[in-house]
Amino acid sequence: MNNKKKNAADDTEHGAATLLSRRNLLKGAGLTGAALMSAACSGPVISPASGAQASSARIHVTEAFETLTAAESAALDALASRILPSDDGTPGAHEARAVHFIDRGLTGAMAASREQYAVGLAALDAYATETGGNAFHSLPTSAQDAIIEAMTKNAILNFPMLNAGFFNTVRTHTIEGTFSDPYYGGNRDFVGWDLIAYPGVRAVASAEETRLGRDLAPSRQSAYDLPSYTKDLAVPTAAQQGGASNGH
Amino acid sequence: MATELARTDVVVIGLGAVGGVAVLPLVNAGLNVIGLEAGGWMTTRDFAPDEIRNNIRDWPQAIPKAKNEIPTSRANINFEAIQGGGHPMMNGMGGTSLHYWAQSWRLSPWDFKTVSDTTRRYGAHRVPLDSTVEDWPLSYEDLEPYYDRVEYALGVSGNAGNIQGTLQGDGNRFEGPRSRAYPMPGLRSSGFTDMMSEAASQLGWHPFQGPAAINTEVYGNRPGCFYHGFCDRGGCHVAAKSSTAVTTIPEALKSGLLKVVTHARVLKIVNDDQGRVRGVEYLSGNQVLFQPADAVLLASHTYENTRLLLLSKSREFPAGLANNSGQVGQHYLSHHQGAPVTALFPKNLNNWYGLPAQGVAIDEWADDNFDHSDMQFIGGGNLWVHTDRKPIAAAKMPTFGLAPNWGPKWKAFISENADRTNSSYIQKTTLPYEGNYLDLDPFVKDKLGIPVIRITAEHRQNELRIAAFTQDRMEEWYRAAGAVQIIRAGLGAAMGPSTHAYGGTRMGDNPATNVTDRFGFAHEVKNLGVLGASVMGTSGARNPTLTAQALAWRTAEHLVANWDSITQ
Repeated sequence: MNNKKKNAADDTEHGAATLLSRRNLLKGAGLTGAALMSAACSGPVISPASGAQASSARIHVTEAFETLTAAESAALDALASRILPSDDGTPGAHEARAVHFIDRGLTGAMAASREQYAVGLAALDAYATETGGNAFHSLPTSAQDAIIEAMTKNAILNFPMLNAGFFNTVRTHTIEGTFSDPYYGGNRDFVGWDLIAYPGVRAVASAEETRLGRDLAPSRQSAYDLPSYTKDLAVPTAAQQGGASNGH
Repeated sequence: MATELARTDVVVIGLGAVGGVAVLPLVNAGLNVIGLEAGGWMTTRDFAPDEIRNNIRDWPQAIPKAKNEIPTSRANINFEAIQGGGHPMMNGMGGTSLHYWAQSWRLSPWDFKTVSDTTRRYGAHRVPLDSTVEDWPLSYEDLEPYYDRVEYALGVSGNAGNIQGTLQGDGNRFEGPRSRAYPMPGLRSSGFTDMMSEAASQLGWHPFQGPAAINTEVYGNRPGCFYHGFCDRGGCHVAAKSSTAVTTIPEALKSGLLKVVTHARVLKIVNDDQGRVRGVEYLSGNQVLFQPADAVLLASHTYENTRLLLLSKSREFPAGLANNSGQVGQHYLSHHQGAPVTALFPKNLNNWYGLPAQGVAIDEWADDNFDHSDMQFIGGGNLWVHTDRKPIAAAKMPTFGLAPNWGPKWKAFISENADRTNSSYIQKTTLPYEGNYLDLDPFVKDKLGIPVIRITAEHRQNELRIAAFTQDRMEEWYRAAGAVQIIRAGLGAAMGPSTHAYGGTRMGDNPATNVTDRFGFAHEVKNLGVLGASVMGTSGARNPTLTAQALAWRTAEHLVANWDSITQ
C-alpha cells in the first residue's frame, strides 16, 4: 500500500492493536484489516477478504510521476507489461504499478540509472516509430515482443542502446517494482506477492507455519504497517543503551 | 593540526564483531578504553522486514564511509583493478555482526595445522606448491577456552557434537572437542530442512543444525528468534541475533570504563621514534583529533586493517606501520563460498520464512574429514542448505532452461515455481598463495582523496577442485531429496571483495612471513594488536566470525596479562 493509503489508516487503531492479545485480535475482527495486520503477530488470522476490504475502502489516490515524462512512462509501462504481462487475466507489472516504483527509485536510490532510461526509452519510441509507424506503447503486443526479442539478442544495430543491458535493467526494476514491499510504490494491492503466493511480511513465523504443505493466508501488510518501525518512538536511545554520543 | 585529547589506556579502532568483543575483557580488567567507531548506533526500530532496503539497496551497509572506499579488485597483475558494487564492511555499532547470518562455527582442529597434518598423512608434496600457507601459531586446543567464552558472552545456539571427546547425538561429530555444551539448543528445523535431513541420512551422512549467534530461548534480557526472515543483511527486529551491539558492548559500557565515540573516522595510527604506537588520529565531522593511548587494538574489517597500516607511514615505518617486513597485505584470501548448486523441486517447500542460519549442515566432505589419498586437493567444503526466501529474490529465480525470462511463459513459470527452488551454500577450504595480496590502489581514491584497497587475488586449483567435488556431493544430496532440475554455477576465478576476507596481517611465529605474533600483536610494534580475520592464515570451511571473536578475546586477555611489558 502506498503512503496515502497508509495515512488513511487510523493511527490509534495501529497503536491499540499491538496491545491486544492474539485472542482479542480474533474477537476484534470488526477492526479494519489494516489495524489487525499491524499487530506484531503472524499467523493465519488474516483472511484475504479483509485485505480486499481495506483496499476497497480506499477512494481516490493522486499519484504523479516524479521524474519520468509522460512519453517515458507510457513506453516504460508498455515494456514492463510485456515483461510481466496481464493478458492471461491475472495482474502483472501494470497492475502492480511497477512504473511508479521505478519512477520513485530514479529520483533516489536508482538515480544512477536515470540517464540510461532517458536514452533507452527515447530510442525505444524512435525505433518503434521507424519500424512500426507508432510509439512503442501504441504498437500491437506482437510487434512489441519482436522488438524486445531483438533487444535481448543485441540485434538492433542502428540503436545500440536498445540492447540486452538496457532490457536487463528494466527487467530487474520491473521485478523489484512488482514484488517489493508496497511502501515503495509498486506491488499495488499485493498483486505481485499474490502472483507467486508469497504469504507476506510477518513479525513471527511459528514452527507449524513452516511445515511442508501448509498454505498460509497472505498477511497483506507492508513492513511499515508494523508499528515498531514507524510509529513507536519509545525506543532506547544510544544513551539508554549506554553509549556516549558523538565526539568530545 | 590535530587537537590532542586526554590520554587513555587502550584505543580500539572499530566496535564491530571483534572490537565489540575485545572491549569486555579489557574493562573487566579495569582498563580505560576508548572505542572509535565510524558508524553510529542502530536499534531494532531500524531493522524492518524490507527486502528493498536490506538486499537490493544494501542498507544499512551502504552508509557513507564504507560506501566511498570500496576496494578495487583484479584476478592478477595482468588486469586492471575495477571498483566493485559494494563494500563488505559495515560502519555501525556492532559492525557486520548486525547484519551477518550469524553462523558461529568453530574451525576444525585440522585448520590450525594444515601443513603438518597434510604432510604427516599424505606427504609434503600434497600442500599446493604455490601456497604460502603455514600452520597457525596456536592449536584448536589453545583457542578452545576462548571459543567457549565468546559463545557464552554473546549467546550462541547450537547442538554440541563432541563434549570432551564424547560424541553427542545431534551435533557435528567432526567438530573438535568442546569443554561444554552450547548455552542454548540449536535453531529449530522446518519442513524443508527436515526433508533435506532425511535425504542426507538416506545417503549415510550425518546432518545437523549448525551453530548460530542467535538466541533460541530467552538469554539475558533478549528473546529467542522469531523466524520471520530478513536476517540476511538485515539487523534483528527483536535483538535475538547476538550482535556485539546488544551483547558485549552494552555489557562493557556498564563498567563506566568504556567510552564510545561514534562517527569517528580513523585516518592514521601514530608511532613514536621508539617504534611504539602512541595514539590514533581521527576525523570527527571536519575536525581532526588525536587520541593518545598506551596500546592500540586495530579492529576494523580485513581490508581496512591493511589499509590503515599502509596509510600510517612514518620515518620509522616508511612503507606503512608494522610493515618493514613487507608482509602487510600479504597472504590475503577471500573465502571460496560461491559456486552454488541450485535445485528445483516438484513441490512447494514452504520456505518463505526462517533465516539463513536455520538449516542443515553436512560436514562429511569438509576439512580432512575424509580420506584424501586419491583426491587432487586438500581440505574440502561444508554443505549447507537453509530456509528463508524473499519475494524479489524468488521472482528472480533461474528458469532452469524450462521457460524464457520474460513474457507470459515466464510469468506462468515463476507463479508455479517461486517456492520450489533452493540454492546451497558451500564454504570451502581456501589457502593463501604467492601473488594474492592487498595493497593501496595507485589510482582509485575515496572522497577524502585517500587510496582505497586493491585486491589482487584469484582462486587456484585446490579451491576449484574442491568446488567441483562438493558440487557433485551437493547434487547427490538434492537428487536424494527429490530435486528434478539442477544448475551448477561456475567454479569461480577471481577473489573479489568478500565479507569472508582473510589475511593481510597474518599471525605467526616467523616475523619474516607474518605481521602479528601468536597473540595478535605486531612483531614490529609491540603495543599494537590486530583483531579480526586479517590475522587468520587459512579460512577453514566455515564462517570466520566466531574464530575472529575468540582470537580477539584472547588478544585482549594477553594485553591485560602482559600490560607492563607490552606498554613500556
